Amino acid sequence: MDLKKLLRSSPFRLAVAYASLFAGSALLLLSFVYWSTAGYMLRQADETIEAEITGLAERYRTGGLVGLTRLIERRLVRQQPTGSSLYLVADAAYRPRVGNLSAWPQVEADSDGWLNFRLGQPEEEETHWARARQFRLGRGYYLLAGRDMYELESIRVTVVQTIAWGFALTIVLALVGGVLVGRGRIRRVSVINRAISDVVAGDLTRRIPIAATGDDIEQLTNNLNRMLAELEEQVDAVQRVSDNIAHDLRTPLARLRTRLELLRESETGLGESRYELAERAVVEADGLLATFNALLRIARIEAGRRRQEFSRVDITRLIHDVAELYGPLFDEADLRLNTHPEGGLTVVGDRDLLFQAVANLIDNVLKHVPSGGCVMLTSRYSTSGVDIVVADNGPGVPADERIRVLERFYRLDASRTKPGAGLGLSLVAAVAKLHDATLSLSENSPGLQAALCFGPGSAVDKEA
Amino acid sequence: MRILVVEDDSETREYLNRGLSEAGHVVDTADNGNSGVSLACDPKYDVMVIDRMLPGCDGLAVIQAVRDAGLSTPVLILSALGEVNDRVTGLRQGGDDYLVKPFAFSELVARLDALVRRTDIESTATRLVVSDLEMDLLAREVTRAGQHIELQPREFLLLEYLMRHQGHVVTRTMLLEQVWDYNFDPQTNVIDVHVMRLRRKIDRGFDAPLLQTVRGAGYVLRGSEEATS
Repeated sequence: MDLKKLLRSSPFRLAVAYASLFAGSALLLLSFVYWSTAGYMLRQADETIEAEITGLAERYRTGGLVGLTRLIERRLVRQQPTGSSLYLVADAAYRPRVGNLSAWPQVEADSDGWLNFRLGQPEEEETHWARARQFRLGRGYYLLAGRDMYELESIRVTVVQTIAWGFALTIVLALVGGVLVGRGRIRRVSVINRAISDVVAGDLTRRIPIAATGDDIEQLTNNLNRMLAELEEQVDAVQRVSDNIAHDLRTPLARLRTRLELLRESETGLGESRYELAERAVVEADGLLATFNALLRIARIEAGRRRQEFSRVDITRLIHDVAELYGPLFDEADLRLNTHPEGGLTVVGDRDLLFQAVANLIDNVLKHVPSGGCVMLTSRYSTSGVDIVVADNGPGVPADERIRVLERFYRLDASRTKPGAGLGLSLVAAVAKLHDATLSLSENSPGLQAALCFGPGSAVDKEA
Repeated sequence: MRILVVEDDSETREYLNRGLSEAGHVVDTADNGNSGVSLACDPKYDVMVIDRMLPGCDGLAVIQAVRDAGLSTPVLILSALGEVNDRVTGLRQGGDDYLVKPFAFSELVARLDALVRRTDIESTATRLVVSDLEMDLLAREVTRAGQHIELQPREFLLLEYLMRHQGHVVTRTMLLEQVWDYNFDPQTNVIDVHVMRLRRKIDRGFDAPLLQTVRGAGYVLRGSEEATS
């Protein structure tokens, strides 16, 4: 894996940040550990030395030099041979008189009155350091009490080493963890990036493989996949529209061209006046434009851009309006239209499009149900939301054709001679999809029942 | 009328220029947004036709400039963008009407007429009169030659709209938008049936028919004494 990429990856940066924070707190914690272990021992040692020198000085005051000497000798005997206490009584010229030091240390006391000096010969392998205090006895004698710090020092070194190792280990672990986590993330992000590159290169069927980890990356992946699916569907829709245009608009265009040609040649006299020819060409052009507009409209509805314009639509009123607008046409066609909308129904959506959808369903009935027929236009609450139902007792649609009649330009053989381009139901289906509603066609025995079912999503308020 | 046409497509511009001039109007044209703005800020125009997408500056910006200059000249927006939200944006930004390309010339003329009428007949009138047809807007009552005519609520609205635009052609789309208040594409002659029913009620049994069909355009409600223009 590319090291640069790893160093730049956000999980790694995060790991480094965490490692620093961790190191800081570890340092604080370990300092406390040091203070309370090695530091404590050293402080104890100092206190012992101070207590001892006070005790010895006191003995000198009460027992004189002889008493002091005896006490020191007794102590030295008791701690032989490995003891770490150091005693020395020297005369005015610092010549040793009694004690376990061979000579008075040649060092100056520090500002706190402590003498720190080396024991034994410098060439010895293990250097023993000692720490002591001196006390001036009466009559020119000097007293020194101290301690060989070798043991304490080695404990302190062990503690410091332990702390240092612990600290180093903490940082290494944090960094290694960061690298591992970072690499995992980078690998998953690379998978996403590769998939998206493929999509950009034109493979719209490509999806990002999902690692079922349940984490935010999986969520992101799922969302991206959903986006890709939607994208693919929209591109397909555009593709279908252009296919449709190529196939189904050619015929009327050819007819239009023929009429215009006839118009140009009309002096040759084919029985039709120029006006009639022009009129028929205009009708043809209008029909083409209507088809074209319907196609564009479906495509734009499918693109779903209008969702931002959604508002609460009074379905009861809309059903009444459709019935009122189309009522006279039903009378003319000798069809009966019964309307029974339940009161107070609302749906979140686009009022004009919903009107168009219901109008298209009604229009279909007008086109296909023979005179004397009967149509029911209702809206009602359902278990899942709101339904708008148009049911007729006309010829119906065979079960195996019900999906296909929703396709653009698809027409049943029986209706090929009737006006229309076969786009009405496609538009209804597109409007339904835009509203997250379902359009279902079913048997009405006899006839067809078309139902637009709005789910709870559109029946309740959406965020504006 | 004096009409300003701002349209970048030369063919459409010439077609509008010729058509509107032949209909007896005085037409000025501009082919881009900037010259459109400088012409449009002249208060001499009765109505303006402005294309939505223009080189130089956008049609909506032209309208904005006109409104900023304190002019309330009615503006009809021409556009290839026909979706509801495009329409709403156009109207919200100071347009008075919106016509989607391609359009029938008669539709354009009818709408321009309606726009100019809108500015001179005010909606405060309580009685509308066309020949011997009278509408009392307060009592919601219609009479012809003194005889009471019973109308459904929607028929009343339809007749009111026609009477307010008397002598001017109104198209089916205008009726759908204004009387039914839905912007949709009816695929059938649904408006014709309503107009025929209304015609039966107001014209049957009287010598002079008032409600006439204008072929390829729409309808006109016109008193018999008015000359055909």
